[in-house]
Amino acid sequence: MHGRLESIASLHTRRGWLAFLAITLTVMVGLPLLNLLPPAGGRLHLPDFLIPLLGKFFCYGIVALAMDLIWGYVGVLSLGHGVFFALGGYAMGMHLMRSIGTEGVYRSKLPDFMVFLDWKELPWYWQGFDHFWFAALMALLVPTGLAYVFGFFAFRSRIRGVYFSIITQALTFAMMLLFFRNNTGFGGNNGLTDFKRLLGFSLHAHSTKVSLYLVSGAALALSYLACRFVVSSKLGRLLAAIRDAESRIMFSGYNPLDYKLFAWTLSALLCGLAGALYVPQVGIINPGEMQPSNSIEMAIWVAVGGRGTLVGPLLGALLVNGAKSVFTVVYPEAWLFLLGGLFIGVTLFLPRGLLGLFDSAGQVWRRARKRPGPAHNPRSDDEPAATLTPMTPDGAAE
Amino acid sequence: MNGTGKPGKTWKRVLGGLAMLATVASTTARAEETIKVGILHSLSGTMAISETSLKDVALMTIEEINEKGGLLGKKLEPVVVDPASNWPLFAEKARELIQQHKVAVTFGCWTSVSRKSVLPVFEELNGLLFYPVQYEGEESSYNVFYTGAAPNQQAIPAVEYLMSKEGGGARRFVLLGTDYVYPRTTNKILRAFLHTKKIGDADILETYTPFGHADYQTIVSKIKSFAAGKPTAVISTINGDSNVPFYKELANQGLKATDIPVVAFSVGEEELRGIDTKPLVGHLAAWNYFMSIKTPENSAFIAKWKAYVKKHNLPGGDARVTNDPMEATYIGMMMWADAVRQAGTTDVDAVRQAIGYQTVKSPSGFDIRMDEKNHHLWKPVYIGEIQANGQFQVVWKTKGPVRAQAWSPYIPDSAKKIADWTYPWVCGNCTAPKYVN
Amino acid sequence: MSSRMNPVAARLFAAVVCLLSLLPGAEAADLRPLLKQLASDERSAVVEAVEALGNSGDPLALSILEALQGGTLRLTPAGRALIASDTGSPLQELGSGKAAAADPTALVTPLVSNQVRRAIEPAIAQLQLVSPDGATRLKAARELARRAGPEDAALMRAVLARETEPEIRLALESALARLDLTNPDRDLRLQAIRRIQAQGDIQLKSELVRLTAAKEDGAFAEPDAEVRAAAAAAIHAIDRRQTLVGLVANLLYGLSLGSVLLLAALGLAITFGQMGIINMAHGEMLMLGAYTAYAIQNFVRSALPGLFDYYLVPALPAAFLVCALVGIALERSILRFLYGRPLESLLATWGISLVIIQVVRLVFGAQNVTVANPSWLSGGYAAAPGLVLPYSRVAIVLLGAIVVALVWLLLQRTSLGLQIRAVTQNRPMAASMGVRTAWVDTLTFALGSGVAGIGGVALSQLGNVGPELGQSYIVDSFMVVVLGGVGNIGGAIAGAMGLGIVAKYLEPFTDAVLAKIFLLLFIILFIQKRPQGLFALKGRAAEG
Repeated sequence: MHGRLESIASLHTRRGWLAFLAITLTVMVGLPLLNLLPPAGGRLHLPDFLIPLLGKFFCYGIVALAMDLIWGYVGVLSLGHGVFFALGGYAMGMHLMRSIGTEGVYRSKLPDFMVFLDWKELPWYWQGFDHFWFAALMALLVPTGLAYVFGFFAFRSRIRGVYFSIITQALTFAMMLLFFRNNTGFGGNNGLTDFKRLLGFSLHAHSTKVSLYLVSGAALALSYLACRFVVSSKLGRLLAAIRDAESRIMFSGYNPLDYKLFAWTLSALLCGLAGALYVPQVGIINPGEMQPSNSIEMAIWVAVGGRGTLVGPLLGALLVNGAKSVFTVVYPEAWLFLLGGLFIGVTLFLPRGLLGLFDSAGQVWRRARKRPGPAHNPRSDDEPAATLTPMTPDGAAE
Repeated sequence: MNGTGKPGKTWKRVLGGLAMLATVASTTARAEETIKVGILHSLSGTMAISETSLKDVALMTIEEINEKGGLLGKKLEPVVVDPASNWPLFAEKARELIQQHKVAVTFGCWTSVSRKSVLPVFEELNGLLFYPVQYEGEESSYNVFYTGAAPNQQAIPAVEYLMSKEGGGARRFVLLGTDYVYPRTTNKILRAFLHTKKIGDADILETYTPFGHADYQTIVSKIKSFAAGKPTAVISTINGDSNVPFYKELANQGLKATDIPVVAFSVGEEELRGIDTKPLVGHLAAWNYFMSIKTPENSAFIAKWKAYVKKHNLPGGDARVTNDPMEATYIGMMMWADAVRQAGTTDVDAVRQAIGYQTVKSPSGFDIRMDEKNHHLWKPVYIGEIQANGQFQVVWKTKGPVRAQAWSPYIPDSAKKIADWTYPWVCGNCTAPKYVN
Repeated sequence: MSSRMNPVAARLFAAVVCLLSLLPGAEAADLRPLLKQLASDERSAVVEAVEALGNSGDPLALSILEALQGGTLRLTPAGRALIASDTGSPLQELGSGKAAAADPTALVTPLVSNQVRRAIEPAIAQLQLVSPDGATRLKAARELARRAGPEDAALMRAVLARETEPEIRLALESALARLDLTNPDRDLRLQAIRRIQAQGDIQLKSELVRLTAAKEDGAFAEPDAEVRAAAAAAIHAIDRRQTLVGLVANLLYGLSLGSVLLLAALGLAITFGQMGIINMAHGEMLMLGAYTAYAIQNFVRSALPGLFDYYLVPALPAAFLVCALVGIALERSILRFLYGRPLESLLATWGISLVIIQVVRLVFGAQNVTVANPSWLSGGYAAAPGLVLPYSRVAIVLLGAIVVALVWLLLQRTSLGLQIRAVTQNRPMAASMGVRTAWVDTLTFALGSGVAGIGGVALSQLGNVGPELGQSYIVDSFMVVVLGGVGNIGGAIAGAMGLGIVAKYLEPFTDAVLAKIFLLLFIILFIQKRPQGLFALKGRAAEG
């Protein structure tokens, strides 16, 4: 027990833990208080619409963590992670649809879209979603299952590099086409929407929104700790070794399939969780979430923040989505230029992302501070615990 | 491996400055008091092609109202947001418009998905939405005013025309649509309607293609073999881009409008701008307005639009056209403005009560009114044939505006429902009044 | 095909026409009330006038009806018929071609709608049936085969008696056969059925079905059993033929879809094979090629309107050049720094594609733009009953073949091609042999982008041209490249054709979407078995 606690404590340095706790407290306690306590319209009041928006960002943060896990630490670039996110979202969405009961537009026991398709009863794959626990379980299991099957075959055949990225695109594209079909039974182009309540609480009530915000925040914090645990362990080092020199690892006697598969399915599980939390806050899930461009944008969050750092991708997700929300109001035409420029700029100039930039800046700053005084030995400065600087994870070694 | 260039810290400063500018711009308070009007149309993504013109005509109407002195002594201020054809983003932007920008009314949405995703937001926050596009009906919300056609104001008259001698006497129908709620529901209604006209399922072929589908070879082939022997017509609810490859394939495979006429519900002057219309001459569309309608009101409307395009240098210049959803946006906005003047306030509840009494002289020359019971416009129905110059020639029209049936009488479940927001029903889809005396 | 009627009849016909034309105004007087009726607001009156003109047998009526169909007819209040012209030349008198003066505001353009057109087409056919030109008569006969009513039977029989052209006789016979199906004479009915069976015309199949159908009281519509049996056999034969035609049709559709995929993916196969980077902006090269075609089309239309039909001739090399230049610019400025980092270049090229799309949107507008097919690409060739081969698709198959041949020649027979192949197979070795790999990379990227530009021109003829054109083809291009194997043209061809043909054969059974999903899943599974694709390069260095 003591050893377990110690291993958790060793995840961060003291400064790291302080930072983590400070941020968690601000986000989980401070911001909601700023929304609930000051009077509406007051200067200190956090506007109501920001709560579900930030909750949405937390879900994106979990996805960013998942992407970083397999891209930053295992070197596998997936351009189809949106499919796992969407599947988790659909599972939760199906439960929310069932929770509408007979209050839908057609006043029927069946979801509205089945009524206009002239279906008379619930298909077999909708059974069980009346129960929250079942839906939650499915939200985690289905993406994981799909990931396991796909990953098993892909990693076993040693598909890697750009080929792997392309077939993840094919996967998400195929699933998107499948879900766009009304006959598939998931609402087609409309998706699942018009949700009313979750576990008895109305989704339109502000208190529910705050609760969902808190749950998402907690999920993000826990996911972060879990990822940090994985990458700091021996397994994490193994993953990094697979990223950097897979052939050598194989010669050392390890079967990379198992480890890659583990990281891959864990990452899909996290995405499923994120999707399940996302849908009640956004109020709709539809096949557009599975489109290839969404998944490619997830990659840019990680690249902007800094791969292989876990914190960087969170920052990246927040910045990019924040910029999107601002720009599509203020200057819609410029948004795509900015996004495109971000892709180009980050890959060209910031291979280690913003965190890499801060890191270099910090080093320059520290070196500059030490310069006066010849007796001073620069090497004796205690540099902070080095964040794992990733080698550029590309197919060079393949 | 080549080294990566590090162009220095200046770009970082520029980026920081831009970011600051953006945040400042978005929160700058306005000095004078205005009435804010929200415009919720996709300016990027797949729907940008159709929706950009609606934003432009909304801005034109606001300019017109402001030039005449504004409303209640204040100027109208448009708040334009771009949900980028992304349905979840529609809901988010709608919420932002109402809660952050405090708009008095919103004009927006095109696809039924976007409307369905913003509906809960408007109902929760008691906002007001004017929806200008033809749709599948089966809805009537307290917070929405529908200025586009319901099926009985577009689809049913079109089918009746096709079955008439003048329209070719069709006895066999192909229901071809894009796979989403509007075509599916409309086709369900049409199938039931055709059954009442003694046209059986053997004479109805129903097919769907996804958005953006481009290869219609097999489908046109199927239509040709299905049509062999009986006069056949195609009812196309294909939406957006896919119309172009469909029409091109029809023309190339030699299907003329005199053999198998195609009537489309989502093809208007704007969509024809992107197509070579010579091979399409004779195919039909059903709307409540055509740019080619010859009335003094329409000439004035078109002149206003062309002047606006010129003044603001909009892309397309002289080639810009007017179409039904644009007219509906214009009517909706004028109607809302009249209601505000009558109510003396922009308060949503007050305006809602006042709209039912408004009539607006529309470009089609008719006095159009909003039905206060089901929140839909009374609209005239026109059927037009495509001409080589991209305009429509009206071949049939109703004598005057037709009342919308929000719930189709041809679907057994819907036939019992009533949409009536006046006392004592006060309900969009009930079978009995809410308030019993 | 010779185009002369029986010489005696022709002379007689000519004589009658000459005599008639010697009576100035006589024929015009006969037709003047009909012309006045054409100007009516009531569509049914117009239809009546058209039918009457068709029955008149007057060659002037033919000119009137043709002008009406073409939209060039103008009527004065007095009932004179004038021809207006698209190109702005002055109004002409009908028949004589003399320039005519008339008050433009008083001219009436007659109402033409589908209802009127449905009457014009058989009326014109009636009048054209006695034309001296064989091709015109054939067209008329075919039109009557579709729409003739019993009242036209007499005319058709009369013409048939004099007709010597076999094709025209065939068309007239099948027209008469359709009418004969309801003839009281049993032998004529049998003969009609046999004729229909021989022709295999699917349009008449439903008439045959009607013959074999039973009424409610159990009695058959066709009382004679032998006739019924013949009809059933004919239906069976027609069905078999249709199935065969359907199979061939699917093959051809598959080829045309495959050619489209090939043109779209060939450039990607070249660049991916050469440099190992996936160019996510490849779709935008297609789009830029299509927009180049649009720009050239506009330029030719305004500057050299007479040559409009040939605008594709400059458009193809222009598109190649434009896209090659854009490709060079991208490669030199951005991609050059990303070599050896394929995943990053994937993201960077995605960013480039977003920027290009937005630039095009701002310059040309978010709306689709019109790219018209030149007249020789419109329409199709009727290969068999029910099978029409659109000229545009045939042209694209040919274009694909030509492009592939040219690229093959370039790669196999030029020194640049030799260098490209060397760098693809073993870059370090090629470098040490003195090949300037950086320069070869730039040229390869330019080549790939240029080919994509040509693909874009082809796409502009088939469907939409808008800023998002490329996005719909990018996943398909990837699949072709992944399936076919990287680095050689044979792979791209095999991948593209394979995907196109299989998709088209699946489509009638499932729908288009399911067919695509199956193909995608198939490719995902196929890649497990054979990660390097169908036609992969061999050699240790190639797998690096």
